[in-house]
Amino acid sequence: MVTAAPTRPAGRDVAAPLQTRTDRPRISRTFYLFLLPTLVLFTLSITLPAIMGITLSFTDSAGFGEFQFTGLTNYVALFSDPAIRSSYLFTIGFALVTVLLVNVVAFLLAVGLTAKIRAKVALRAVFVLPMVISGIVIAYVFNFLFSNSVPQLGQAVGITALEQSLLANPDLAWVTIVIVTAWQAIPSALLIYIAGILSIPAEVYEAASMDGASPLRRLVSITLPLVAGYVVINLVIGFKNFLNAYDIIVGLTNGGPGTATRSVAMTIFTGFTGGDYAYQMANATIFFLIAVVLAVVQLRLTRGRNAF
Amino acid sequence: MTAQTLVTATPAQVPVRRRRRFLGRGGEDRSSWGTTLTLVVCTLAVFLPLYATLTMAFKTTTQSVDGQVFSLPSPFSVDGFVQAWELTNFPRGFAISVFVTAVTVVGTVLLASFAAYAIARNWDHRFFRWSFFYLLAAMFLPFPVLALSQVKLTGMVGLANPVGVALLHVMFQLSFSVLLFTAFIRGLPEELEESARLDGATTWVVFRRIVFPMMAPMSATVAIFAFLASWNDFMMPSLITADSTLQTLPVLQSVFQTQFSSNYNVAFASYLMAMAPAIIVYLFTQRWVMSGVTQGAIK
Repeated sequence: MVTAAPTRPAGRDVAAPLQTRTDRPRISRTFYLFLLPTLVLFTLSITLPAIMGITLSFTDSAGFGEFQFTGLTNYVALFSDPAIRSSYLFTIGFALVTVLLVNVVAFLLAVGLTAKIRAKVALRAVFVLPMVISGIVIAYVFNFLFSNSVPQLGQAVGITALEQSLLANPDLAWVTIVIVTAWQAIPSALLIYIAGILSIPAEVYEAASMDGASPLRRLVSITLPLVAGYVVINLVIGFKNFLNAYDIIVGLTNGGPGTATRSVAMTIFTGFTGGDYAYQMANATIFFLIAVVLAVVQLRLTRGRNAF
Repeated sequence: MTAQTLVTATPAQVPVRRRRRFLGRGGEDRSSWGTTLTLVVCTLAVFLPLYATLTMAFKTTTQSVDGQVFSLPSPFSVDGFVQAWELTNFPRGFAISVFVTAVTVVGTVLLASFAAYAIARNWDHRFFRWSFFYLLAAMFLPFPVLALSQVKLTGMVGLANPVGVALLHVMFQLSFSVLLFTAFIRGLPEELEESARLDGATTWVVFRRIVFPMMAPMSATVAIFAFLASWNDFMMPSLITADSTLQTLPVLQSVFQTQFSSNYNVAFASYLMAMAPAIIVYLFTQRWVMSGVTQGAIK
């Protein structure tokens, strides 16, 4: 090996492993073979549908047969469509309420689960469990509980609002969707908060308690400001995910009663059956632009922590 | 690598801090019981729906409609499972779910680790760097945005079936997985690979013998997330798969919303059989599930 190294030709036409990466003249063909299948499949199954969707959103396509370009007609119609407006208002309102609920509960649980407690590992495992359960299946379970057990409870304690199934109440059905979505989404927010709280050096707390700070004071003045970055990450990721709400709504209300809980995703999917294929493509394009804005916000906020 | 060390360091970190605090403020020993008890009460929120599923699944049909959801099964009955097994054609649904999930897990780990290795080791080459950002861009594209065209395209090329679902599952897992793998590979020392190359190993051999084995912890995390996303998904299979006899388990559960809606024991037995595999996998892989979430968010 030692004798072989000096005899290696230093010419640029040979792939020389000893050379540093910056002046490596050629890249092993294997690297291209590693990357190309992924790029091809990705382009065919993600990029192509995206381009196709955006293009068709400027047409009057019904999903099949001939179509003509109609410019911005679909987009103009979207902005004056009450069904579209109500689905966006519902979805954004639902996502805001859910993201707040999830983060308050997850933060408090994380504080509890990082405190000096018994059975810490087991308790953490339990609180993370909802994350691994299928959204549609647990929504069916909750559907049964909301239409049977909750009204029973309402009758027993005399709360009239709960005596009827919440799922059938156009004004309150959204509450059930918030509850079940939060049930499933709290674990991942919780884990991120636990990581955040554990990254705070113990010395900070020791100094504070030596100065006589109460536990509540330590929570508000130390924990909260020091995990602020994690709060922001959780808010953005959560909001972005909740905008795509679909499975749990299908399992609970299926968009009803009427269209009271119809999310944007559900509205887009009506494009399969309603004949307004291109119209819903335009809806999806608007929805995509919202997702891009949120993703840019997320990248900006997390860039400091990112390796790239 | 940083997130990895952060996570593996966590369990060791906790007892140290606990002792320090204990020494500092001995009086807080009591409050730990208060917090523990509060948290135990909170676990009811997790357990109640699962307990309801479990107890309803083992009831007779007669008992399941008596309105007492939380009562224990009496008599204990497995009729619900027997009927659910036949009604949803469980073996077929299970086989299709296993197929879709297995293809997704293997496909995601292989494609993402190949791509990430190529990208991480040629980062200063524009093609590879741009490919990384190109793949990452899929994070901007939630499925509902692409669904209309993807359903149409999969139908045109004969992929309106579980194979198409698995392919799309892999594609939607890619950006997250490539991100995790690339960050991990950048933390691996290159010396080992270079000395192997000096011994005449090709890039493929270096990857197979050195890099891929070293990536095992990250592959486990990526695999578990691919498993959970694929096993539990409802939206994609329900829209992509045209033939309802080729549906995955979560989609099959909708049968209880329309027909047989009063045989609650059958429905709950079926729900239980659909969730059980993910719960069992979780019991054995908790550590990876928990660290994976943190890595995904902090990377």
